[in-house]
Amino acid sequence: MAILVIAEHDNASLKAATLNTVAAAAKIGGEVHILVAGSGCQVVADQAAKIAGVAKVKLADAAHYGELTAENHAALIVANAAGYSHILAPATSHGKNTLPRVAALLDVAQISEIIAVVDADTFVRPIYAGNALATVKSSDATKVITVRSTGFDAAPADGGNAAIEAVAAAADLGQSKLVGREIAKSERPELTAAKIIVSGGRGMGSGENYHATLEPLADKLGAALGASRAAVDAGFVPNDYQVGQTGKIVAPQLYIAIGISGAIQHLAGMKDSKVIVAINKDPDAPIFQVADYGLVADLFTAVPELVAAL
Amino acid sequence: MKVLVPVKRVMDYNVKARVKSDGSGIDLANVKMSMNPFDEIAVEEAVRLKEAGVATEVIAVSCGLANCQETLRTAMAIGADRAILVDTDVELQPLAVAKLLKAVADKEAPQLIILGKQAIDDDANQTGQMLAALLGWPQATFASKVVVADGKATVTREVDGGLETLALSLPAVVTTDLRLNEPRYATLPNIMKAKKKPMDTLKPADLGVDVAPRLATVKVSEPPKRSAGIKVADVAQLIAKLKNEAKVI
Ligand SMILES: Cc1cc2nc3c(=O)[nH]c(=O)nc-3n(C[C@H](O)[C@H](O)[C@H](O)COP(=O)(O)OP(=O)(O)OC[C@H]3O[C@@H](n4cnc5c(N)ncnc54)[C@H](O)[C@@H]3O)c2cc1C
Repeated sequence: MAILVIAEHDNASLKAATLNTVAAAAKIGGEVHILVAGSGCQVVADQAAKIAGVAKVKLADAAHYGELTAENHAALIVANAAGYSHILAPATSHGKNTLPRVAALLDVAQISEIIAVVDADTFVRPIYAGNALATVKSSDATKVITVRSTGFDAAPADGGNAAIEAVAAAADLGQSKLVGREIAKSERPELTAAKIIVSGGRGMGSGENYHATLEPLADKLGAALGASRAAVDAGFVPNDYQVGQTGKIVAPQLYIAIGISGAIQHLAGMKDSKVIVAINKDPDAPIFQVADYGLVADLFTAVPELVAAL
Repeated sequence: MKVLVPVKRVMDYNVKARVKSDGSGIDLANVKMSMNPFDEIAVEEAVRLKEAGVATEVIAVSCGLANCQETLRTAMAIGADRAILVDTDVELQPLAVAKLLKAVADKEAPQLIILGKQAIDDDANQTGQMLAALLGWPQATFASKVVVADGKATVTREVDGGLETLALSLPAVVTTDLRLNEPRYATLPNIMKAKKKPMDTLKPADLGVDVAPRLATVKVSEPPKRSAGIKVADVAQLIAKLKNEAKVI
């Protein structure tokens, strides 16, 4: 049977997390189809059709999918679920919001945030903030799964030539409506796709300090900016900066934790980074237990020195 | 308007999980257990709605072992009016919990159900969404602000790119994110009062729900250990290491 991957996009372009999800589907084995639901999103379907290993793209284009609510999206996915052994979505805020609805409507379990495929029924997923890995086997007819991007190398965005097939939109359930949006625009790389992340914690002291100290470093390195929960709670930076168990899960080539103590909930979001650097004035901060390179120093001296020397 | 608040008993967030040596699960023996932090935020939000005169009654419900009663008492010490325990020793997975909660909601007819967005033990992040689907209700997950007025809920949600605000018809399901509120500490008089508040106990069979697990845990293992590296003496050495050894800049 085939596998259905739910595309993540903003009607203008396909999000990178879709490629990692296609890679997870390929590991399960079977024909991979992608469902693109949106409004005026033909370009997204065209991009999806080019992903290596994708056999078919299903496109549901309708005005009421412009702001894709969980209720409408889940109903559409369920209407298209027949014939698929697995339904996969990236574990983004949209995927996490929508896919459990799909699972419940199909009366099956969801397997959240898998990081490895053992076989077509068996998957590995982190539990307890990543302090343990559970291998779980599903007995359901349809496996509904969200995929953690850091667990799978992205499928190539080019090389495929899938057919695009229009599918009927489901009715607009009209139960919820988007009435406001504050999406930060940034010239920097996206946190979950960045090769280098500069991340600041409570040690930054204020939003002003955060920006004045860390932006020059991120500029020099072409890095994305991240933060601990404490820095977000204190209002230094917006919520989308948060890395951790309940924020974003990242695994860049280089993660520089500055003024972050290293609570387990923070480590859960970044401990799979290739190289971790910690700058902290407390030599006993737990972050040093996972850091490849630790610098015990006051960040307000060390970071400007680092910027000057790069 | 009634508000239903499901709460889960989990290992306290300050405890580091240890994998059992036989790989069958996490060692919970003699470990401090608490209410899931996101659920505490849910209870607090419901109680604030009652204090604001929006909600008339706050009902806490928990599904699991008999010792979930402690968790329900905590919810009532924060301010829930009464509690329902769905008592079972079967390992409950999110779909089963959602079905139990649907059956409770069918009986109680709340206008709003507020849940934590995820439990910090299984990190599944499913129950609220599943419950909304089973009830055929709208949902707003990962809430950082909830306003209930004029028969609808306006909910600001934390999403990957920032914030978005949804207007939902009621009844609806809301799941909480960390920044929705800061739960109050239960005071001693309120803890004492909570002991006298009513608590009903039901069995899954009373609700006609099959709670058999759909997922079998094959094994639980330790994640690959990350060993501590070295401390560098100064910024110059740090840059040298990143350039020449790690080759990441
Ligand atoms: C349910 C739950 C979920 C959570 N989810 C997350 C999550 O997703 N992400 C997350 O990050 N946290 C999360 N947390 C919070 C987590 O437990 C910690 O409270 C948080 O990560 C601490 O942030 P911090 O390291 O910035 O602050 P602190 O722990 O206060 O550490 C600040 C550090 O800065 C250092 N410092 C201060 N001044 C300087 C200076 N001038 N120079 C150098 N160093 C300095 C200090 O030595 C200290 O180590 C969660 C908690 C709970 C209960």
